[in-house]
Amino acid sequence: MNPTDLPPHSSELNSTTLTVLYFARLKEALGCGVERIEVPAAVDTVRALQNFLLARGGAWTAEFASTKPMRIAVNQDMAQADTALKQGDEVAFFPPVTGG
Amino acid sequence: MSVRVQSEDFDVGREIADMRAGNPAIGAIASFVGLVRDGNEGERVSAMTLEHYPGMTEKALEAIIEQARSRWDVIDVAIVHRVGELRPTDQIVLVIVAGSHRGEAFAACEFVMDYLKTQAPFWKKEQTPQGDRWVEARTTDDAAAQRWN
Repeated sequence: MNPTDLPPHSSELNSTTLTVLYFARLKEALGCGVERIEVPAAVDTVRALQNFLLARGGAWTAEFASTKPMRIAVNQDMAQADTALKQGDEVAFFPPVTGG
Repeated sequence: MSVRVQSEDFDVGREIADMRAGNPAIGAIASFVGLVRDGNEGERVSAMTLEHYPGMTEKALEAIIEQARSRWDVIDVAIVHRVGELRPTDQIVLVIVAGSHRGEAFAACEFVMDYLKTQAPFWKKEQTPQGDRWVEARTTDDAAAQRWN
């Protein structure tokens, strides 16, 4: 197989594919529970992803510009706005938890 | 150690019997059961729906048990948490901690509940006469979890 036939490494891609999940009030407000999205390679932190989603307008802008507390998980571990993102990551946004 | 997230109800006696069966080192078992109340924040609650993050929830509960085990010399810990639609008087959550003596069992049981309330990804939505509403996180729960630091 010719090396040029191989899929490029993610570092050579101009975009990153992420799975993004939304829960509870956020899922309802956005009308979306899970989506697979391709974002520009420059979207390499949670904060950059939040800004990318905020730019969609409507409910997306309202929720991602809101001062309501939002929790973040990356690959099912609690994360922060400055957490780095890479190809294939699973990112979740949700309100503070209320189980128990 | 056992963690279960399920829509079905659970039998506390059966769960405790399962934990003590065949383990003669256990000298004490402490348990906590959380129930659906018929009112919250001045409103009547006729039902609630519990949502969770499949995968992360189990992982978070296992991590909480690991933290409890690193703090206290406990023999076994089990958590059962229900999801889906529940009604007043229904059981929501069960925590069972087995140890050699009561001290560590009581403490670890309370710790697990305090951490579960603030760290495990579950969300409650209540049905009230005023309509459905998402339950807001309480600062008193954050304070309860922080006192273990």
